[in-house]
Amino acid sequence: MSDDHGSSPISARVRHVEALLESRGLLSDGEIDTRIDEFAAGGTPANGARVVARAWVDPGFRDRLLADANAALPEVGLSMAGGLQEQRLKVVANGPDEHHVLVCTLCSCYPIALLGPSPSWYKSEAYRSRVVRDPRSVLAEFGVALPAATRIAVWDASAESRYMVLPRRPEGTADLDEDGLAALVTRKGLIGTALV
Amino acid sequence: MTAFAPGDRVRTRTVDPVGHTRLPRYARGAWGTVVQVAGSHPLADDRARGLEVQPQPVYHVRFTAADLFGTGDHTVTVELWHDHLEVPA
Repeated sequence: MSDDHGSSPISARVRHVEALLESRGLLSDGEIDTRIDEFAAGGTPANGARVVARAWVDPGFRDRLLADANAALPEVGLSMAGGLQEQRLKVVANGPDEHHVLVCTLCSCYPIALLGPSPSWYKSEAYRSRVVRDPRSVLAEFGVALPAATRIAVWDASAESRYMVLPRRPEGTADLDEDGLAALVTRKGLIGTALV
Repeated sequence: MTAFAPGDRVRTRTVDPVGHTRLPRYARGAWGTVVQVAGSHPLADDRARGLEVQPQPVYHVRFTAADLFGTGDHTVTVELWHDHLEVPA
């Protein structure tokens, strides 16, 4: 059995199903923990930040990233192939007139390899239900005040793709190198609930 | 099956299935625009029922908030399988 058990009804149900699968030989003892550890290994927002910093300094990489993120990721030593199958990644770029924000309204789909484990608010019913209907108010609650003329594009990860936001490069960062730029990028910035 | 292409106007189905579906309720029966083909995958709705299914096109479909909710000036882009969309007459 896996080690981490909450006390909620859904945890009890998962534990029961896991025990049944183990008793029938469909899962080996501890296999779920092993698979989760393998999937999450190396997943951190520092990866997404590195991708963003490269895109800020290398317009060619930026173009390749936006056109086909899976093909561009190996240029910075990353991939979306850590799970059972490679996941498609789509990167959406914020601009002066458009701001992107990500959600999974049906559950909590998220690019773990590039952003690490998702924050609890991302999985909350409040965020998932409200951000598709009224993103401007939700972003304001996150402290993101966008000009009224800025278009907001919400992306709902309802199928097989995962998404990452490419934030705008802040003013006054011309003297920073790639590592310095990456240090500016936050997890919320990669989801679209913060500016960088 | 004739796949849709970017720029095509499409309408999502209105069916309210008994089981799992990846067509979110808020996007049912709505008109949107295909913005990109997002690969080809077996329909998750049917896989959840244990059916053997073949891959079919998946699309990023963009809706205006006004079309989905009757209010708002933003867009919502949902990823939908071909079977979630009505076949043009």
